[in-house]
Amino acid sequence: MPVHRIEVGISTNDNIKNAIIIDLGIPNIKKVKIINVYTIVGDLNQEELEFLGKEVLSDQIVEDFTINKPFSKKINGTIVEVGFKPGVTDNVGRTAKQAIKDALQKEVDEVYSSKQYLFYGISKKVAESITHDLIANKLIERWQIVEGISHQGFEAYIPKVIINKVPIVDEFDLSGSDENLQEISKVHVLALNLEEMKAIRDYFSENKDEREKIGLSINPTDVEMECLAQTWSEHCKHKIFNALIEYKEGNEIETIDSVFKTYIKGATDEINSDYLVSVFKDNAGVIKFNDDYTIAMKVETHNSPTALDPYGGALTGIVGCNRDPAGTGKGFKLIFNTNIFCFASPFYDGKIPPRLFHPRRVFKGVHKGVIDGGNQSGIPTVNGSLYFDKRYLGKPLVFVGTGGIAPAIINNKPTHEKQPKPGDLVVMSGGKIGADGIHGATFSSLEINENSPATAVQIGSPFTQKKLLDFLLEARDKDLFNAITDNGAGGISSSVGEMGEEIGVRLDLEKAPLKYPGLMPWEILISEAQERMTIAVPENNIDAFFALSKKHDVESTIIGEFNNSKQFQLYYNNKIAGIISMEFLHNGVPQKKMKGIWNHPTISDPQFDCPEDLTKTLKRMLGRLNICSKESILRQYDHEVQGGSIVKPFTGIENDGPSDAAVIRPLFDSWEGIGVSHGMCPRYSDIDTYAMVANAIDEAVRNVVCVGTNPDYLAGLDNFCWAMGFSKEDEEKYVGDLVRANKALYDITTNYKLPCISGKDSMKNDYRIGDFSVSVPPTMLFSVIGKLPDIRKAVTMDVKNEGDLVYILGITKNELGSTEYLDELNLKGIKVPQVEPKSAIERYRLLYKAIQQGLVLSCHDCSDGGLGVALAESAFAGGFGLEIDLSLIPCDEYLRDDIILFSESASRLILTITPKNKGVFEIMMEGSEFANIGVVKGTNLKITGNDGNIIIDALIAELKKSWQTTLKPIYGGK
Amino acid sequence: MVEVCILTGFGINADYESKYAFELGGADIVTRVHVNDLINRKDDLENYNILMFPGGFAFADDLGSGRVLANKFRYNLREDLTKFINADKLIFGVCNGFQVLVKMGVLPALEGLKFQQEVSLIGNASGLFEGRWVQLKPMNSPCIWTKDYKHNLEVPVRHGEGQFVVKDKKVLEKLWEKELIPFVYDPDESPNNPNGSINGIAAVCDETGHIFGMMPHPECHLSKYQHPKWTRRKIPAENGLKLFKNAVEYIRKKQI
Repeated sequence: MPVHRIEVGISTNDNIKNAIIIDLGIPNIKKVKIINVYTIVGDLNQEELEFLGKEVLSDQIVEDFTINKPFSKKINGTIVEVGFKPGVTDNVGRTAKQAIKDALQKEVDEVYSSKQYLFYGISKKVAESITHDLIANKLIERWQIVEGISHQGFEAYIPKVIINKVPIVDEFDLSGSDENLQEISKVHVLALNLEEMKAIRDYFSENKDEREKIGLSINPTDVEMECLAQTWSEHCKHKIFNALIEYKEGNEIETIDSVFKTYIKGATDEINSDYLVSVFKDNAGVIKFNDDYTIAMKVETHNSPTALDPYGGALTGIVGCNRDPAGTGKGFKLIFNTNIFCFASPFYDGKIPPRLFHPRRVFKGVHKGVIDGGNQSGIPTVNGSLYFDKRYLGKPLVFVGTGGIAPAIINNKPTHEKQPKPGDLVVMSGGKIGADGIHGATFSSLEINENSPATAVQIGSPFTQKKLLDFLLEARDKDLFNAITDNGAGGISSSVGEMGEEIGVRLDLEKAPLKYPGLMPWEILISEAQERMTIAVPENNIDAFFALSKKHDVESTIIGEFNNSKQFQLYYNNKIAGIISMEFLHNGVPQKKMKGIWNHPTISDPQFDCPEDLTKTLKRMLGRLNICSKESILRQYDHEVQGGSIVKPFTGIENDGPSDAAVIRPLFDSWEGIGVSHGMCPRYSDIDTYAMVANAIDEAVRNVVCVGTNPDYLAGLDNFCWAMGFSKEDEEKYVGDLVRANKALYDITTNYKLPCISGKDSMKNDYRIGDFSVSVPPTMLFSVIGKLPDIRKAVTMDVKNEGDLVYILGITKNELGSTEYLDELNLKGIKVPQVEPKSAIERYRLLYKAIQQGLVLSCHDCSDGGLGVALAESAFAGGFGLEIDLSLIPCDEYLRDDIILFSESASRLILTITPKNKGVFEIMMEGSEFANIGVVKGTNLKITGNDGNIIIDALIAELKKSWQTTLKPIYGGK
Repeated sequence: MVEVCILTGFGINADYESKYAFELGGADIVTRVHVNDLINRKDDLENYNILMFPGGFAFADDLGSGRVLANKFRYNLREDLTKFINADKLIFGVCNGFQVLVKMGVLPALEGLKFQQEVSLIGNASGLFEGRWVQLKPMNSPCIWTKDYKHNLEVPVRHGEGQFVVKDKKVLEKLWEKELIPFVYDPDESPNNPNGSINGIAAVCDETGHIFGMMPHPECHLSKYQHPKWTRRKIPAENGLKLFKNAVEYIRKKQI
């Protein structure tokens, strides 16, 4: 088949040039230009090629193209062409193929996209490092480099997957020694421990006779073994959260049978709110929105893949999380995304350990991934944050959340329920199956040869998924199917196995559509190729279902049938490839046994003097990475698509103040709204994971009540990202931390009557290569959704009018341990902030009442950086100064000025009201700690200290500048 | 009867709020129609008076924003679209929809309807996706959609490829001469021009004023509660609803 290259150019790219100068420190780059290259395999004549170049592949107004000859002349510099490796998803190539079909009304074999970079003024050697460090990722991409002076064009390169294997079903011999079993688990990346391997061996020996009758032996087939390994993986079974833990705190020893059941689900069961609809059993948690609608939410993590390929990992993370609410019940329409990232500092200047990227590259790659994932899917990104700590160097944490809405009832059936019926067909819709993501992200790149698929990394396609989800919503509304679930981790093994749990199912693996031939049956079963959903379609709806699928340009295939066997029956070419009872598959995994130890930390509080110039200190605090403005980053998200954005990420007189939470109005014909927020305090884990979790939950709640959400109508989602360390002692410590953390979750949520509805854990965020090792600090993200009865009563954080009175709610204490302030001073303290849940929730209820009465004009929470930062933010967001008297702040003892300003005591808020409402507001707040601490006035933040002297006096414009400057250089800004 | 066709499918994503905007604007029937249903003759443009190309990421912006969907229309629905336009019906494109109209050659169509591209919308000057509110200054034009806008219209932009460029100076001169630029990013307001568009051009119409495209999203400013400063109680004089009302009223008057 003839191969053609069409080169389209040419555009100048200053972002890459800036990144080369700033990120890589290469100042002599003159300019960067980019040429898009399409390698087309197909029978096309010159006329057709000209037509494609002009009408399909280029923009006639600003671009030109060449056919089968280089676009670029010789240049003074170096030219690099970067394309994908075989098997890596090439979204642009796929679109080009379809566009060519539309234009010529004829198919070509394949189209591959690549990019040519012209680096002016750069030698070949430097260009190699630019390519490696900035432009391309060797796990998924390949490149050719030529000196610009001798450029005569590149040879066409076809990254076609060729697998010279005949698909067969193999067996595992489990009759050997314990060492032998462990070796099998390791070599085949099964991640099963000895006890689990033995349980599997026992199951197959017990069923020997029955197996022999149908042509299977005592040995499990590779299909069965891989299926069990996937279903029993930590990822799917949460074995640590369900472990039997012997926990020792001081001299006390207790046994905990599953921290999940005891604390998380235990609390939710105890709280038992009447708005809960479906919790902890589906892909996302579901609560009631009103009589006619329910809302679902899920938050996922995607850490390991992101460390390998920041862009692809994050993109796959967000579109993968989208499929959770989309695959909950009969499917939810997606209405918002959230994202929270933990990175090492983008300004990190130490050495980068092997196989890791510089944090700034991780940052930008992740950022681009979620920009594309959210924006292209038409889902607004409404809430999120960035958190920096050097211990995220080894594993960045990427949390992505998605909310959805659905009619409570469709065709007289509750939408949140699903159950396939025997006889229903198993249909897979969406993308095709390749070797993508087999065994998740394993470092198997060493074995990758030129023509073998790159399996380690997957690249999502929001476009493919958008078509898929549009289709499925319409199919849902037409009541065409009985059940749906997404294909994420574990692929169809997991999705079909779960759907058939109650009844049984037969799967015919050869029917699954493949990207290329040569995949083994077990690979088809566990591939994590993206954008696929599994649907149970009754036979008499199948024609309508396929017609609708065709209309939406979505590929659907029947790959099996649900039955009454109570078994997972796996066939390949009509020959049995495996049979596992549903009971053993889902409930056969032995419970893990672990030990946890927690000891009180022994550090003492630091002695230091109050800084002389607190204005200067405040400015430095405002510029800290974990406090500063993230606007230059967040403006790249679409916050408003779907038209429901009521409280946006930025607010105030110049639209640049940091909102505490998002408010969206999901229905056009109702004023009811959803508040969305999160809380996270990883640094407190240095002292006590109990405080870390308690404060994270409190932060999420006070954020969401700040905007006017009802504190008695909230639901939480917990995402634990833990470490396990590198030794038995490490593990026991981290398990002890985990128990502490979950005790806090139970204590706070039961007091707040805040049920958790869904969660996720990622337990091994450690990195070790050679003598460099690093583990993330135990981190729990707590996300909250809640209801506002009327969005017209929502409140933003910016002060509104000169003369308004400023109040603080809550008590300030000497709680500097692990705060941003002590970190700024390079100190550590023991007094980590403690949450007093009973008084806190009462305070939030009173605040909500005041907001409902329309008394509160602005409200902002005190979190990182404490009161000082919160006051500055509210002031400059609103465009007015404040006059504040610290001696009026309610404290539990006499506190130094700097402690009042920067303590991070929990459950505090500042708000403003109009003076005429002083009386009614103060009566309403009675019974809770509060004080009028000042007034909105002028253009300066003016703070009087305990002794009556002015300790801070600065123009709000200056404070804002300190707050806005830090992250601007990331994208070349000043 | 005023019947509106809101296109959907292939990555279009602002279809629901666009439908709502026309409903609020007084249209009688507003239908989300999949592009394939037009191509496969399950539905017909003839059934509608107004056609809207909403915002979105058709084909993920691969090969340039709007291009692949524009070609789908050029090569599959050219006759239908020609008939629709020649019947003096109305077409509106927002954001990605504007990009589609421009790349199809339906806007600005300075030489008549030839389906030849004359201008383009390319990557923002910043090289980045921009999501922010902007102020649009209304200009004199024959555009029926923007009739009676006396004050600035505040609306969000949400795009990576919104930089308006022209083939040559003559095209730009003609656009001004024929008054085919209903909105510019107000140069006196901050932040202004979010994408580096030449002359701050934010919207373009054809000579009849029936076909209209703009980068910012008027369907996201129909109520004061969508405005970023609504909690500050200073509500701007204009919002996006008038655009939709103008179109609906125009059709209704013609039908009397």
